[in-house]
Amino acid sequence: MALYRDISQAVGNTPMVGLPRLSPEGYELYLKLEGHNPTGSVKDRVAKALIDAAEAEGRLHPGSRVLEPTSGNTGIALAAICTARGYKLTVVLPENTSRERTELLEAYGVDIVTSPADEGSNGSVRVAREMAEADPDLVMPFQYGNPANPRTHAATTATEILADLPDVGALVAGLGTGGTLTGTGRRLKQDDPTRKVFAAEPEYGDLVYGLRNLDDGFVPPIFDEDVLDGRIKVDSEKALATTRRLLAEEGIFVGLSTGAAVHVARRIATPRRLPKGTKIAIISPDGGWKYLSTGAYQPGDPEAIVEELQDTLWA
Amino acid sequence: MSIEVRVPTVLRTHTDGEKRVTVEGATLAEAIDDLEARYPGLGDRLRDDEGNLARFVNVYVNDEDVRFLGGQQTELADGDQIAILPAVAGG
Repeated sequence: MALYRDISQAVGNTPMVGLPRLSPEGYELYLKLEGHNPTGSVKDRVAKALIDAAEAEGRLHPGSRVLEPTSGNTGIALAAICTARGYKLTVVLPENTSRERTELLEAYGVDIVTSPADEGSNGSVRVAREMAEADPDLVMPFQYGNPANPRTHAATTATEILADLPDVGALVAGLGTGGTLTGTGRRLKQDDPTRKVFAAEPEYGDLVYGLRNLDDGFVPPIFDEDVLDGRIKVDSEKALATTRRLLAEEGIFVGLSTGAAVHVARRIATPRRLPKGTKIAIISPDGGWKYLSTGAYQPGDPEAIVEELQDTLWA
Repeated sequence: MSIEVRVPTVLRTHTDGEKRVTVEGATLAEAIDDLEARYPGLGDRLRDDEGNLARFVNVYVNDEDVRFLGGQQTELADGDQIAILPAVAGG
């Protein structure tokens, strides 16, 4: 194990574990457990990179207030690093995230501004941009547009995957900001252009897409779609089913977006797309802790759970 | 040849509120044309002025984004499902 000066140094170097029971015959699935980061998600990497970059650019000073739109994990990760480095934090959070995410942010003493449920994460981006424009003292790292986000995934996530699985043939990760896929995927392909990269995209219920005008959609500026070989949507029912199988068959307790990514990995593990014997690395963004209140892991009727779940931002 | 299309809430003004409608077509382009013929205005919302798929609309055939299949030339088979979803970010 290792000794670190403070919590911000303990980011990364997460374990990669095999999924022998859920790997389709002829393929090897491996799950990189980002829940092992200090605040329990892959976003610790991004938060550290965002704050390091803002400090390097001279944008942050003792007592500065950081502002960020987030569906939760980035906010929690920023809270820890801002605490350790003496910055205040305001997050703009859609009102339909899980209860645990809000409670953790409150525990960290973060100032929370909510954005409307029917605008999803796009709404939190809109509100945060308005706030940043109105107050020049706020420092908004903006994970959706900051090159430090994909850059840290290239430098750390991809490097760790290559160290653990030098002959990895494919990557599957969830699509949120696009930082994980763009940074990790690009680096893996630079190393070997025959590698394939697939996105698992969460598909929610009508509430989340609700009144969204198709003309004001938001595609994160850092997301480079060219890195992808496929993009597959996964609804709450399929994400829940695979999340439960990970728990029941592999003993791995993870969040819903991991279930979605593993679902996609199992779908692409066919000779039509990947040669037999391919090792597939899957990013597990977080553990299941923050989703207990959704009932996802309880023995109840999956249909009723899905009914609730599909209007909550679970990725 | 019967293809089911999932219509997002914001476009259901074109379908009398129907969430799922049925169209025909051997390719996605034909299916969108048929969608436009049956529900005037709906097919056009999916394309930009040059006839390409609109930037902020994601179209899926059997859960796969068609940009990584054959785009509008993606071939369809009986029973395929098309879904139209607005682009959403997360994080």
